[in-house]
Amino acid sequence: MKYTEEHEWLLDDDGVITVGITEHATEQLGDIVFVELPEVGTEVTKDDEIVVIESVKAASDILAPLDGEIVEVNEAIVDEPGKINEDPMGDAWFFKMKPSDPSQIDDYMDEAGYKDFIS
Amino acid sequence: MGELKETPLTGLHRELGAKMTGFAGYDMPLQFSLGVMKEHLHTRAKAGLFDVSHMGQVIVRHPAGYGGAAQAMEGLVPVDLLGLGEKRQRYGFFTNEQGGILDDLMLTNRGDHLLVVVNAACKGADIAHMKAGLPDCEVVAVTDRALLALQGPAAVEALAPIAGGCEIMKFLDTGIFTSDFGELWVSRSGYTGEDGYEISVPDDQAEALARALLSHDAVEPIGLGARDSLRLEAGLCLYGQDIDVATTPVEAGLTWAIQKSRRADGKRAGGFPGAEIILDQIENGVARCRVGLRPETRAPMRQSTLIYGSEDADEPIGQITSGAFGPSIEAPMSMGYVAASHSSPETMLFGEVRGKRLPVSVAPLPFIRANFKR
Repeated sequence: MKYTEEHEWLLDDDGVITVGITEHATEQLGDIVFVELPEVGTEVTKDDEIVVIESVKAASDILAPLDGEIVEVNEAIVDEPGKINEDPMGDAWFFKMKPSDPSQIDDYMDEAGYKDFIS
Repeated sequence: MGELKETPLTGLHRELGAKMTGFAGYDMPLQFSLGVMKEHLHTRAKAGLFDVSHMGQVIVRHPAGYGGAAQAMEGLVPVDLLGLGEKRQRYGFFTNEQGGILDDLMLTNRGDHLLVVVNAACKGADIAHMKAGLPDCEVVAVTDRALLALQGPAAVEALAPIAGGCEIMKFLDTGIFTSDFGELWVSRSGYTGEDGYEISVPDDQAEALARALLSHDAVEPIGLGARDSLRLEAGLCLYGQDIDVATTPVEAGLTWAIQKSRRADGKRAGGFPGAEIILDQIENGVARCRVGLRPETRAPMRQSTLIYGSEDADEPIGQITSGAFGPSIEAPMSMGYVAASHSSPETMLFGEVRGKRLPVSVAPLPFIRANFKR
C-alpha cells in the first residue's frame, strides 16, 4: 500500500488502483456527513480535485493521486458517509482508477514513510 | 491575537482528551472523545456538560435596587425588565442607534440587582457600554466564577443531588443554592433547545463540580462543535454570525423578545437605542429576514453560501449565516437572511455550492421541537 501527503492510501490490484483516505485523515476531519464522487469513466489528471467530503467541521477536497480513468466508485459511502469514519482503510474506499502511467505510484510513501510523515 | 486565556476547567478538558481550539480569545474544547456527532446526540438523549466560562457574568446594581437597575437598563435593551419577576430570566440584546445588535444576552432579576450574562467575544465592549450607558449604576464584572451548562433530559437528575430543589424550577427560573461546591447561581436555561441548567460556580470549585456532574452515568463532556450544531438545530442565533451590528432584531426574527410594553403604544414604548428604526420595522415590515433553510441534497450549505431565487438568476437574494449537518434531524440545515419576498416556508431557492446551484427550501425554525420544562 502507498500513501500520499494528502492522506490518501493507494492499493494496487493488478493495475487497478483503489483509493481511500487514511484513518489519520478521518480522525482529523471528524464525523463525515457528505461525499461527492466523480463519475465512472472520468479522465482525471493528477492533483485534480475529484472528490468533495464534508465533515461536521468543514469541506475538503480529495485530489486525484495519478493520471488516469475512474473505473469504479463506492456508492455505499455516498449513501452512508459515516462508514468512512468506521472503516476508512477497508470497506469505505472512495474510487478505483486505471492509471495511464503506473510508474507514478512509485513516487508515493510506503507505510513506514507515511507513519513518519504524520508523527 | 495574543496568548489564549484559560478557564478553571482547561486542565480537566485536557485530561479528558479534548481537542482544543481558540474561541473568542479562550482555549476551549472543540470536541471530546465521543466526537461532535455523538456528543450532539448524547446531549439530546441524556445530558451534556459544557464549559461556558468564557462568557461574561456581570452584576448591575442601582441605589434604588432592582427597579432602579431595571429602569436604567431598559435604556440599553428593548426588553421589559421592570415587568420581569424576581428570580426570573429573560433573553435580550443591546442595540445601537441604527437598530443593529451589539450583543445578545440573558438578564436575571436577582431581587436587589440585575445579573447579565453576555457573549465572550463582546464582554469587554458590553461592560464599557453598560458603564457608559448606566451612569447611576454600579457595573461589576464577576471574575471569580466559572459557568457550566448542563443540558439534556437527564440534566435534572444529575443536578438535583447537588442543588436540591433545582428540579422544581421551570424554564427561565433562577435560584441561588448552597452546595458542597459553594454558592451556585443556577438558571433553568441554556442554548441547545433542551431542558437543562446553567450553573455559575466559584472558580476554585468549578473542577470539583464538573467532576461530580460527569460522574453521573448520563453526563458526558461536550465541546463547542456539538454546541454549535445543537443551537443551530434549535434555531438559535450565534452572535457574530447570525446576528451582528448590521442586523436588527426584527430582521433577525427576534421581535418576540421585545415585549409589548416596549413597542409602539406600549406603556414604556421605545427609549432604547435605535428604537425609531426597530419600532418602525415591527410596524411596517423589513426587506429581508432570517429564515431556516433545508438543503434538498445531502450537501451542507455553510456560512457565506449565496442564495438565489432561481437556477439562473444573476443576483443573489440572500446569504447563509450558519450551516452544518444536523445530527438529530439527520440532514443538512442552515439559517440565513433572504429577501422578505422569498421568505415564506417551502419557498424553493438555490444555494451556490462549489459553483453549482443546489435546491434549498425555506423551513420553519427551530428544526427540532424544543424540550423546555415550561
